Amino acid sequence: MDVMHNFELYQPGSVADAQAVLKDNPDAWIIAGGKDSLDWFKDRVKQPPALVDISGIAELHGITAQEDGGLWIGATTTLTEVAEDAAVREKFPMLAKAAGLVASPQIRNLATLGGNVAQDTRCVYYRDGFPCYRAGGNTCYANTPTAMNREHTMYEASRCVAVTPSDTAPALVALEAVMVIQRGSRQVEVPASEFFIGPEIDITRMTVLERGDILLGVKVPGKWAGSRQYFEKAADRNVWDFALVNVAMAARTEGGKITAASMVCGGVQCTPRRMSDVESLIVGEAPGAELEGLVKRVAARGARPLNFNHFKVPLMQNLAARAVRSLAV
Amino acid sequence: MDGIGPFDPTVGYPSGPAIKEIGPEGRHIPLWKPLHMSRRAFLRGVVCSGTVIAGSAYLFSTASPARADARAVERMISLTVNGRTHTVDVPPNETLAFTIRYRLGLTGTKVGCNHAECGACTVMADGVTVYSCSTLTHRVRSKEIVTVEGIAAPDGTLHPVQQAFIEELAPQCGFCTPGQVVSAVALLNKNPRPTVDEARHALSGNLCRCGAYDHYLRGVMKAAERV
Repeated sequence: MDVMHNFELYQPGSVADAQAVLKDNPDAWIIAGGKDSLDWFKDRVKQPPALVDISGIAELHGITAQEDGGLWIGATTTLTEVAEDAAVREKFPMLAKAAGLVASPQIRNLATLGGNVAQDTRCVYYRDGFPCYRAGGNTCYANTPTAMNREHTMYEASRCVAVTPSDTAPALVALEAVMVIQRGSRQVEVPASEFFIGPEIDITRMTVLERGDILLGVKVPGKWAGSRQYFEKAADRNVWDFALVNVAMAARTEGGKITAASMVCGGVQCTPRRMSDVESLIVGEAPGAELEGLVKRVAARGARPLNFNHFKVPLMQNLAARAVRSLAV
Repeated sequence: MDGIGPFDPTVGYPSGPAIKEIGPEGRHIPLWKPLHMSRRAFLRGVVCSGTVIAGSAYLFSTASPARADARAVERMISLTVNGRTHTVDVPPNETLAFTIRYRLGLTGTKVGCNHAECGACTVMADGVTVYSCSTLTHRVRSKEIVTVEGIAAPDGTLHPVQQAFIEELAPQCGFCTPGQVVSAVALLNKNPRPTVDEARHALSGNLCRCGAYDHYLRGVMKAAERV
């Protein structure tokens, strides 16, 4: 069996205790559900000397209503809890759907929302321990003439061609959620659209989280609560698999016309990609076959596919068109 | 120039190794007797006697250093499995599958992939199914664990799910069956009248290499009529 390396395990009961441990152990790794972390350790690609299990911190868990009609979702709330919560389903059905489409039931029962948005990329070369740019090396193994890169990026590649693997991330960006991070003694609020960073900014991480930072939770504002929402994930398998492309959309309609729209696509860039071309195209228009045709023409504009991921272009176009089609009913 | 080159029939090569002893009936006589012990019995013996543990220090991490930091977790924990509370010595890096199989001897839980990708190791923690191969024991030490051994009644009466799986010929090789049973029981505990889609969804985290999915599904629907 793949046995993990030896490490010290800490199970603090409060954020302050966790911070104290993180301060004394700069190389410590924060774990909550552990669904992604344990694979890293079993494969011996990452071997942190200390683990801080934040799943026992009560204040990081749970879903509560906010004054503005939105929701506060603690970072260690499990994906099953997000998917089955009555308030999430009523206000933000696409977030519930996205959380319910992650991996498999047993994984969702332990995996957390915070872990799902903060997880590392699924690039197989990086995961297998290749010394690539993201791992601190000086080459990309996924962007060579023979590399298998059908899961990789189409936009904003900068040395690294990895993509965001998360299903909940596009939903949260589309809902204009705010990530709340404990950094030192202060709480930092970062919009979800800025929480995820591309290789241009820092090639070794996917989010703005730095060492010692703890993601406390996500504030989903009331802005899109109760709006028309759509989430669809296209993957090779219905269970376990990460999205090849997924699309999340929140929109409002009035008198048969779209009055506001927020559409985000995952799996095509290192960060969730806002489809601003589609948004500006559909606002003010009535959904229908004609609009869908136009949406398809602009949805994947600017895409620069690699050797094996050209299929993502029509996938992205069709998912965007299907999202718009959902507004017609 | 000897020994190298094509075979030359005129050369008297030295003979090969001696021919083995042949018994009176023309059979080869083995020098050992087969050990009549199943793999399961052997594993149980290992767990109970601890004889082989010393030889597998790598697996059991007995060589891990003492806690340098008093804030880190204690190794001795009490773990409630199938209604019984055990005191076990669990290193921080041990998974629940490892603890219940090799420390508690509950070998009904199988380890298929060890990467949360197959479902053979599924157990319940506080009624919720988890992959025990990818869960640290310390993470769930305060929860009630139920393995496949805790599903049947104490007198041996099978759970309706187990009985229905037998009737529907659900297990083929049987390796995924403990996980399928636990997933199905967890579903029926929560939702005694599932639709076929709900049942399919609940079992979607359990792979079956024999492809007996329809059999398992029929088993769950049959059991749902009986619970």
